[in-house]
Amino acid sequence: MACNSSGCESGGCYGREKENGCKVVDVKETVRLCVKCKSNEPMTFGDGGSDDGRFCAECFRSNVYGKFRLAVTSHAMITPSDNVLVAFSGRSSSRVALQFVHELQVKALKNYEASRDRSLPVFGVGVAFVDESAAYPSLSGGMSDAIAWVRSTVLSLSPPEKDLHVVPIESVFGSDSVEARDRLVKLLDSVSDETGKEDLLLHLKMLSLQKVASENGYNRLVVGSCTSRLASHVLTATVKGRGYSLSADIQHVDARWKVPIVLPLRDCVWQEITRLCHLDGLKTVELARHPQSGINDLVSSFVALLQEENPSRECTIVRTAAKLTPFYFNKIPETDDSCVPMATQRRLKKFNLKYDGSMTTEAFCPICNGPLNGSDSSEDESDALYDACCSSCRFQILPQEPSSLDHFGSLLPHHMISQVKHHQKFDSQTYLREKIKDCLLLDDEEAV
Amino acid sequence: MEASEGKSKKQGASRLCCLCNQRRPVLKRPKTLQQICKECFYEVFEEEIHQVIVKNHLFKSGERVAIGASGGKDSTVLAYVLSELNRRHSYGLDLFLLSIDEGITGYRDDSLETVKRNELQYGLPLQILSYKDLYGWTMDDIVKMIGLKNNCTFCGVFRRQALDRGAALLKVDKLVTGHNADDIAETVLLNILRGDIARLSRCTSITTGEDGPIPRCKPFKYTYEKEIVIYPSLLNHFLVLSLTSIVFFFHTYAYFKKLDYFSTECIYSPNAYRGFAREFIKDLERLRPRAILDIIKSGEDFRIATTTKMPEQGTCERCGYISSQKWCKACVLLDGLNRGLPKMGIGRARGGVNGDHQKETKKPASAARSLESKQCGSLDF
Repeated sequence: MACNSSGCESGGCYGREKENGCKVVDVKETVRLCVKCKSNEPMTFGDGGSDDGRFCAECFRSNVYGKFRLAVTSHAMITPSDNVLVAFSGRSSSRVALQFVHELQVKALKNYEASRDRSLPVFGVGVAFVDESAAYPSLSGGMSDAIAWVRSTVLSLSPPEKDLHVVPIESVFGSDSVEARDRLVKLLDSVSDETGKEDLLLHLKMLSLQKVASENGYNRLVVGSCTSRLASHVLTATVKGRGYSLSADIQHVDARWKVPIVLPLRDCVWQEITRLCHLDGLKTVELARHPQSGINDLVSSFVALLQEENPSRECTIVRTAAKLTPFYFNKIPETDDSCVPMATQRRLKKFNLKYDGSMTTEAFCPICNGPLNGSDSSEDESDALYDACCSSCRFQILPQEPSSLDHFGSLLPHHMISQVKHHQKFDSQTYLREKIKDCLLLDDEEAV
Repeated sequence: MEASEGKSKKQGASRLCCLCNQRRPVLKRPKTLQQICKECFYEVFEEEIHQVIVKNHLFKSGERVAIGASGGKDSTVLAYVLSELNRRHSYGLDLFLLSIDEGITGYRDDSLETVKRNELQYGLPLQILSYKDLYGWTMDDIVKMIGLKNNCTFCGVFRRQALDRGAALLKVDKLVTGHNADDIAETVLLNILRGDIARLSRCTSITTGEDGPIPRCKPFKYTYEKEIVIYPSLLNHFLVLSLTSIVFFFHTYAYFKKLDYFSTECIYSPNAYRGFAREFIKDLERLRPRAILDIIKSGEDFRIATTTKMPEQGTCERCGYISSQKWCKACVLLDGLNRGLPKMGIGRARGGVNGDHQKETKKPASAARSLESKQCGSLDF
């Protein structure tokens, strides 16, 4: 029987009824049990967070892992023929992502070895660590130790073996490290807005991950972003005028990149992740954090404040944003891949988990890769770079003086600038004409 | 941005107004950080509002327009600017002041005095409607009964209806309110925080309720609160105006024309929640002034399906006002008050008259939680 007294949290309280029908709680007999399995003692993390002391260690862990697995299977994030690169920063969220992906891989290997026909191959896993010391010199002190730690962590997660790729952020500029560093510093110095600088670095970081992924034959990039991180992103995007592209960034799958990004921890909150690290003894490394200033920092503090006032606020924020319409690329793209097992293919088709990759109806900002809203197009077509960018990047990243735009363009990595040329070519009228020209009866000269 | 700001600070002393290049700048414009003179400020302030009115087709010539006048800075400046622009650009509007008396001693009675003075000052006819007349309860009575937790819900719901009823009495075609950019940005944020996607899709519209009794619009949608505060403190010219058949006299006070407005907060306004969002927006504005407009832009650009469940529009069985439920919210709240059940209508609708509505009959009314009350100063968007 459930006890009605307010102090009792578990389901196993034994109360005795008085003659007048009121229940009396006999405190000595109260046994606290996990609310899920009702057999083990619940864990107390003592971190002042919500839900403390409700679940036992096993149930807590299986809750979190369960969310990960559900995200992976329901969005076809990782299938047997995939080669997955896990973006690993050393911090809690990506540590948990790496751990869970490893466990998934171990299970797949076990199944593979146990099966007779060996029809389902085991997906490959690699790890990428981005070295940002060229952008934040304060990090260079602890960097070699951090890298050594990352290496040993990845080594400990075998079998199956995983390749580690240490990616200097300046590698987006090329392989010559001295020249690349130089170019990076020059580019960052030409951005005057602090928030713009931070955001540009995030875009460069993603570019570097994409580069290492595609150069090494990976076809999925796992990013450990959790609910809490996405909640901050929802607000930062809102205050930067990026409301249109917001829904592209917060889905489980983001396939606008060459190597699609998947977010298997999207439904887990920060608190669960830190508790899991604590529970499983997962070590993390905290590099001397470059101080976040400007808008990103303000939003983080605001979200932290809201969380204190209501612990489910982060979830509500992400849930609201999830009601926004996603884009066509927020699904795994269809590929004509003959090595994808038939069973997988059937399943993907059945649940409509893929989209037709030839459907490119959006134009993207060359810097942040955000889909462009029609209203973003500038009135005067003076500069190709200016025209091609979204209004947010125009304001916080591009130089304000029109005369400096050319020079700034030359500082950007090749990949971003090539997007500008691509954008120029994207003239919707011509594009449509191309598509239907076989049906047109009129010559070009006679066309209306 | 910081680099260019630094530069302009050093050159400040020798600079001229960056718009007219003639006069000495007296302020840094909150919206753009431009250093401008007094004259250019009113010009650009008024011109921007005129452009908003024109580009968004807010009015038609000959319309009777009621200005929701609280006596606060937004509605006072709105009354002044709108009558000024009406004259200057010949909008051809018939303007009125409409004020609601919630019955809050020490707040509303004082601010109403201000509106009455505005009436004399601008010659705009004034209609005052009180909660007592409309509903039989003043806010003071309500607070006595329910305390300070959900009073804003009552006030907001009643005020919205009161404005509509007053507008109907005056036979106006349109209602204008002084909601400014800061208000709208704040509402966008709050709707995200609360998970209200339906309101999120509507709250950035400059005109709402076009299919309802009285459409209402917000000419100050892109006007910064700070600028609304600055505006009246700078004016110092003496004007004699005439508007169609009505003659106005504008009086100056001392050597500054101070538009008479009432500037304290509602004595019942609670802390927390909306206060967090307000603080955040203020901090944001300090870092990046255009962020307020960016929030509004985001709100306008959010990809929200048009099929997002919008409530079906019907009429209240008790009073005939527009309502998506059997009874309108005001009637539900009033019923609760009159029956001594003040929590009725707060939180999700459970049981009661509107409880027959399919998805909402889950828990008994007594379990209603009071966390999500609409806050003071908000009209449902």
